[in-house]
Amino acid sequence: MTLLFQLTFYLYLFVTVSYLVFFFNQNQRIRTLARYGMVLAAVSHLAYTVVRFLVVGYTPITSNHEAVSFFALAICWSYLSFRWRYNVKNFGVFVSPIIMILMTVAAFSSQKATDLSPVMQSLWLPVHASISIVANGFLALAFCGGIMYLLQEREIKGKRFGLFYTRLPSLEALDSLNNHCLTTGFSLLTLGIITGSLWAKQAFGAYWQWDPKETWSLIAWFLYAAILHQRFTAGWRRRKAAIMAIVGFLVVLFTFWGVNFILGGIHSYAG
Amino acid sequence: MQANNILILGVNHKTAPVEIRERLAFSGDDRLPLRELLEETGCSECCILSTCNRVEIITVSSQPEESSGALRRFLFGKSGLSEDESKKYSYLHQGDEAITHLFRVGASLDSMIVGEPQILGQLKQAYKIASEADTTGAILNRFMHKSFSVAKRIRTETSIGSSAVSISYAAVEMAKKIFGDLQGKAVMLIGAGEMAELAAEHLINQGVSQVVVVNRTFERAVKLARQFNGKAASLDELIPQLEHIDILISSTGAPGLVLRKDDVKPVMKQRHNRPLFLIDIAVPRDLDPDLNNLDNVYLYDIDDLQQVVDVNKAERDKEAARGESIVAEETMKFSQWLEGMEVSPTIVELRRKAELICQAELARTLNNLKNDLPDKARASIEKMAGAIVGKLLHDPIIYLKGEDRHNSDRSQKLATVRQVFGLDRDRPDSSSADD
Repeated sequence: MTLLFQLTFYLYLFVTVSYLVFFFNQNQRIRTLARYGMVLAAVSHLAYTVVRFLVVGYTPITSNHEAVSFFALAICWSYLSFRWRYNVKNFGVFVSPIIMILMTVAAFSSQKATDLSPVMQSLWLPVHASISIVANGFLALAFCGGIMYLLQEREIKGKRFGLFYTRLPSLEALDSLNNHCLTTGFSLLTLGIITGSLWAKQAFGAYWQWDPKETWSLIAWFLYAAILHQRFTAGWRRRKAAIMAIVGFLVVLFTFWGVNFILGGIHSYAG
Repeated sequence: MQANNILILGVNHKTAPVEIRERLAFSGDDRLPLRELLEETGCSECCILSTCNRVEIITVSSQPEESSGALRRFLFGKSGLSEDESKKYSYLHQGDEAITHLFRVGASLDSMIVGEPQILGQLKQAYKIASEADTTGAILNRFMHKSFSVAKRIRTETSIGSSAVSISYAAVEMAKKIFGDLQGKAVMLIGAGEMAELAAEHLINQGVSQVVVVNRTFERAVKLARQFNGKAASLDELIPQLEHIDILISSTGAPGLVLRKDDVKPVMKQRHNRPLFLIDIAVPRDLDPDLNNLDNVYLYDIDDLQQVVDVNKAERDKEAARGESIVAEETMKFSQWLEGMEVSPTIVELRRKAELICQAELARTLNNLKNDLPDKARASIEKMAGAIVGKLLHDPIIYLKGEDRHNSDRSQKLATVRQVFGLDRDRPDSSSADD
């Protein structure tokens, strides 16, 4: 099990380094390596998660290590699913470091299996938690898209053609990437909140109990709802949408981590 | 075959002015000069590349010293230039230098605009004519094909031809960076001018479907609109029209600004913030420089576009340097192949290959029979295998050593034998015939 995790970790490390090298020297062969590496890492990461599920006997999504690793897995697979339909130049270069950071965090947190409280031993756990984290995965992609957009726009608007101008795709492509990931991520986030409240009703007898994580995910939800609404009505496209995707993801990150460490509550990670 | 047997005599835009080049040019698909050339110069194979920027005679000769003089007389014979002048304007490359030269020409490293793609097509056409006139043989066939594949390799491995190096193309490149696909986008022209019309034409070629022409005099606008199959509008309609277009090219002779920031700001709201790409190629400028500060508005004036061109040119130069190192690598490979195209190295290689096969098969068979075989039988089998190989190779070797009437017959013979016995197979794409 640990071996699989290590394998996955080093595969991601390889992919990230290859993508960064490719970004600077534009050697196509290195990119091909990175692409295959990414698929390999995704498969090995999935295998690790499944094996852990079999060994510990519950969906591995409850401790900090498990949740962060699952987050990285979600980003990786949502990236691949996106990549399968769309081609956005050099997207992998920006996505792989984020996965790498999460994997590093996962590697340094305790990998002990935990004893689940009776409330957690429910079918709702895999449903609610995995939907929410996959939603985070897509929102993380939107975050990357937003950063790429701002970098590219800065060079186009400022007419200083540096590192990014030739390497990043057109603004239009980045904007539609943003749009796609935001809508998918938002729908999943909604579903995550709904399943969560159904679970809460079953476990605690109330749909909503203002747990810090619930509150913050509601804030994130309103933020994304506002972005999408404005996008369709007032034309919050492109630059504004990119900035909002970045802000939104920071809120998501705080919901994911900050809430646990600072505010506590029933969503705190075990271990 | 020695590399020195390859000769290229030529003039190009760097060595000779157009007045000289036009006197030397060969007409399009004329096969006559090719046959004449072989007769007059004693070369065994030849090909002539004649474009507006260069005339190159690519030949293979077994007496390169004599042929080079004859080649120069052939090229300059009808031009009326003295021998000194002809030497001054032309260059003669031999051996590795010639190989490098042709590879560079094909890959457009030697072109006036480095990276322009036409030259490869012209080179292929020149080769087609020569091979139809039957003036190419084993060496040139491979040499020319190699130059095509080197060009292709450089085009895929470097981005030498991928960026715009003129103002009007730079405008298209920027539009693509902003809008991605230009399909279905609309462009507005304010005023008229050669560069503006050229840019509009490029944009239309890239899929822009709608053209609106605005002019101070409405008749001019109508006339220009007809040319682009678009519609005309008067200057008063300029601002309302902004709602419906994506790209604006302005090139009026107006002394002041035609469009101000405050004119466009409210329009952006109506446009739902769809991006607007403004191109100002007028001097003095037509468009308010502050327009660039509006969200989703991108304003480029002529200097900005020139900057795009400069950046691209610098990028091309960098890529060209990478292309040169590919050329150097391929020159070495080709020259190694040429060295092998001689009778004795071919025989050596043939024997070595047969010997290797013989040893490998013997080892396998004798291993299987390890204990059942007395030493004497073992020695006989080894001897027999050697004898079979020797006898099989006897005739091909006699054939190779036979006298030839003509130099090209010998290279043809060598090429055949090398191909039949797969002697060039370990070198990648030895039998490739690109395109």
